[in-house]
Amino acid sequence: MSEYSFTGKPVRKVVEKVIESSLLLCALSCILTIFLIILFIITQGMPIILKEGPVDFVLGTTWDPYNDIYNILPMIIGTFVVTLLSLAIAVPLGLGCAMLIAEVAPYQVRGIIRPAIETLAAIPSIIYGLFGLIVLVPFIRDYIVPFARDYIAWMPLVGDLVGAKGNGFGVLAAGVILAVMILPTIISISEDSLRAVPRELREGSLAIGATKWQMITGIVTPAALSGIIAGVVLGMGRAIGETMAVLMVAGNSPIIPTSLLSMTRPMTSAIVLEWNYATGDHQTALFAIGIVLLFVIMILNLIIYLGKRKKLNVARM
Amino acid sequence: MEHRYLINNVGIGLLWVSGCITVLSLLVIIVYILAQGLPVVTWGFLTQNPASHDRAGGIFATIVATVAVTLIAILVSTPISVAAAIYMAEYAGDSWLTNLVRFGADSLAGIPSIVFGLFGYIMFVHYAGWNYSLLAGGVTLALMALPIILRVSEEAIKVVPDSYKHGSLAMGASKWQTIWKVVLPTALPGIITGVILGMGRAVGETAAVLLTAGSWAKVPGSVFDPVRTMTVHIYTLATENLSMKNAYGTAAVLVIMVLAITLTSNYLTRRYIKKLGGSR
Amino acid sequence: MAAIDTTIIKDTPASPAAAGDYEYVIESKDLCLYYGKTMALKHISMGIRANSITAIIGPSGCGKSTYLRCLNRMNDLVPGVRVTGSSTFKGRNIYDRDVDVVALRKQIGMVFQKPNPFPMSIYDNVAYGPRIHGTRNRQELDRIVEKSLRQAALWDELRDRLQDSALSISGGQQQRLCIARCLAVEPEVLLMDEPASALDPIATSKIEDLMRVLKEKYTIVIVTHNMQQAARVSDRTAFFLMGELIEYDNTRKLFETPSDRRTEDYITGRFG
Repeated sequence: MSEYSFTGKPVRKVVEKVIESSLLLCALSCILTIFLIILFIITQGMPIILKEGPVDFVLGTTWDPYNDIYNILPMIIGTFVVTLLSLAIAVPLGLGCAMLIAEVAPYQVRGIIRPAIETLAAIPSIIYGLFGLIVLVPFIRDYIVPFARDYIAWMPLVGDLVGAKGNGFGVLAAGVILAVMILPTIISISEDSLRAVPRELREGSLAIGATKWQMITGIVTPAALSGIIAGVVLGMGRAIGETMAVLMVAGNSPIIPTSLLSMTRPMTSAIVLEWNYATGDHQTALFAIGIVLLFVIMILNLIIYLGKRKKLNVARM
Repeated sequence: MEHRYLINNVGIGLLWVSGCITVLSLLVIIVYILAQGLPVVTWGFLTQNPASHDRAGGIFATIVATVAVTLIAILVSTPISVAAAIYMAEYAGDSWLTNLVRFGADSLAGIPSIVFGLFGYIMFVHYAGWNYSLLAGGVTLALMALPIILRVSEEAIKVVPDSYKHGSLAMGASKWQTIWKVVLPTALPGIITGVILGMGRAVGETAAVLLTAGSWAKVPGSVFDPVRTMTVHIYTLATENLSMKNAYGTAAVLVIMVLAITLTSNYLTRRYIKKLGGSR
Repeated sequence: MAAIDTTIIKDTPASPAAAGDYEYVIESKDLCLYYGKTMALKHISMGIRANSITAIIGPSGCGKSTYLRCLNRMNDLVPGVRVTGSSTFKGRNIYDRDVDVVALRKQIGMVFQKPNPFPMSIYDNVAYGPRIHGTRNRQELDRIVEKSLRQAALWDELRDRLQDSALSISGGQQQRLCIARCLAVEPEVLLMDEPASALDPIATSKIEDLMRVLKEKYTIVIVTHNMQQAARVSDRTAFFLMGELIEYDNTRKLFETPSDRRTEDYITGRFG
C-alpha cells in the first residue's frame, strides 16, 4: 500500500470500465436491431424482387398470387394516395391546433388540448380501425356517397376525383382515420418548434403594429418552419406505416384507386391480409413489400435526421 | 385598416376551430367506444374465456395474453434501454457514436409495426424456433418499446442537475456510484414514465403480435404457447363479423387500460418536473 | 520534473502523513490550464498551509474558481481542459497518471457556490459519503451524521427533521448541510467556491463563524468575490487577475499594504 491513499490502480477502476463497456453494449443494441431488421427483411424478400425484376415488381400492376405474379404498383399507389389525403387533412388542422396552443389560447386551454393530444396518440390503432369500421364507413356509405352521386358527380374533373359509387370503404375512410391518427405527431412537434421561436421576434413584430395573425403567419411560422416540416415528415412516416386502422376501412381490393370513394389496398394492409394463407413465393412477396416499406421509412428517417443536424449546426453558430 | 383586423379575427377563429375539431374527435371516439362497449363489460365478460368459436363468452384469455406479452416486453426492454440511456446521457458525449445510436433509436421508433412483425416472425418464430408464441410476441414488442423507453429515460437523466453530480463526484464518489445513487434515483419518475409509455405501445400493438404470437384464444400454459391479445381479438371479431358486441366490449376494456396508462405517465411527469423545480 | 518529485517522496517514511510534515498541504508549481487553445490559468505557483484559511479573490472571470477546481481535479469534468505544471497534495503531484481522482476527492472536499443537496433526506445526504466509501453499519452512520451535523452547527436545528427532504430547509441551512456532507467523509482540505454568494447576510455570517471553527481541524481554501469576507475570515489571501496570480500574502498585509499596484486598485475598488 502506498502512503498516498489516492494513488495506485484500484479494482474500482476496472469495475468502472466493465460497467461502462456493458452500458455501451446496450446502447449498441439499437443499431444492431436496425441492422438485423434490414438484413433479415432484405434477405427474405429479395428473391421475389429479383425473380420479378425490380422494375416490374415496383411498376407492374398485377398482383395475382394464384398465378405467381407479384407486382405491387396498386399497393404503392394505394399507400401514396391514402397518405396524401391524410396529410391534406391533418397538416392544416394540426398546424392550426399547434398555433392555437402555442400563440393564442390562454394557459388553461393548453391544459385541455395537450392531454387530449397525448391521449389521441396513445389510443391503439385497432381502436381507430374499429371506430372507422362501425362509424365512419357507414357514414360515408349512407351520406357521402349519395351526396357525391347527386350533387358532385356531374362536375368535370372534381366529379371524377370524388367518384360516385362506393360502399363506404376506401381511400376517403382510410385518409380520414389516418389524419386523426397522425394529428398528435404533427401538433406536438409543430408546437414545440413554434415555442422555440425567440420572444424578441414576436415582440418586434407586434411592436411595429402587426396583428396577431400577421405575427403568427408572417414571423413565427416561417421561423419555425424546419421543425414543422420535421413534424409533417414524421406524421407521413406514421401514415405510411400504419397497418390495422387502414386495413379495417380501406376495402382492400388490390386495384389502383381512381377516386376518393374507390377501394384500395395499401402495402401494410396487404401483408396482414394475406399473411394467414401465404406460403412459399407468396410469403416471400410479402417480405418484399416489407423491403419497400422499410426503404421509404428509412429515407424519411434520414431526412429528419439530416434536418435535425442542420438545425443543430445553425444553433452552434 | 378594417380589412387587416377582419383577417386577423377570421384567422384566429380558424385556429380555435381546428383546436375544437381535434378535441372533439378524441371525445367522439372515446365516448362512442365506451358507450357501445361498457354495457357489455360484466364480471363474467372479464373472467370467462371466449366460447362458441368466439361468438360468445368473455375475454379472459386475451386479457391474460395482453398482460403477459406486455410484461415480457417490458422485462426484456427496460434493462437494455435504460442502460443505453445512461450511456447516451452520461458517457457518450457528443461523439459520432452517440449520433449513430440516436439515429438507430429514431429509426427504430419510425419503423412500421408490420415490419417489426415480419422481422419478429423470421427471427423468433422461424429461426429461433419459438413458433407463434407468447415469447416471440413479447420479445418483438420489446424491440418496439426500446426506442421509447430509451429516449424518455435519456431525457430524464439529462435533466438531473449537474450540481447533484458534481456534489457527489467532489466527495470522492466514482462515476458509477454517482449515477447509481444520485442520478438514477432523481431520474426515476422520468424513467418510469418511459417504461409506462413503452407499456402503452405494447398493449396497443396489433400487427406485430398477430405475426409473432398468433391468434389462439386460450390461456397459455407456457411462454411457448401461442396467444391472442385483446387487440388481435378485436380484429378477429370485427373483421370476421363474429360478434360486434364482444368486439366493442374488448375495445372498451382496452381503451380504459390505455387511458389509465396515459394518466399515470402524465401524473408522474408532472411530479418529476415539480420535484426538480423546472418549468418545462 | 514530476518524476523527480515522486522518487523523493517515495523515500519518505510511510507514516500517516500528518499535514505538518510538509510546509504546504497543497502546492501548485507553474500550473497552467487551457480551455482548448485559450490559456485560462497562467503559471500559477502558490502553496497552501495546513489548518489555515486561504482566500482567493479577484474580479469575475479571473480564474479563481477554475484554480480551485484544479486542486481536486473537478476540471477533469469539463471537456477540452488541459493542465500543465504540477499541483501537489501532501507532496504528491495530483496530475500524475496513477492518481485515483476518486480517492483524491475523498480527501479534498468541495462546497459549491449554489447549495446542492441531493434530493433525498437530510440524513441520507450526510450519510451519502460514508455509504459510498463502504460504511454500512447503522449505528456508525448515525454517529457520523450526528458528528458532522454538529460540526456544521446544524444538529440543534435539524435533529428532529433528519428524515425530511433536504430540499425543504432554507438556503443557508442547505449550504451548511453541504458542508456537513463533506465533513462526513473526513477530508483534510475543504475547497469552498463562493459558498455564501447565494445567501443572505445572516446565513453568510453563520458560514463564516463555521469556517473559523473548522480551520482548527481542516485546511480551507475559499474563493470569494467579497473582499470584506476575505479580510474577515482568511489568514492568507491570493489575488488573481486575468488568469494570473498577482499577489499572495498574509491577508492583513495584502489588504493594508499591497505591494502590487493592481492589487491596490482592486481592493480600493478602482476596478472589478
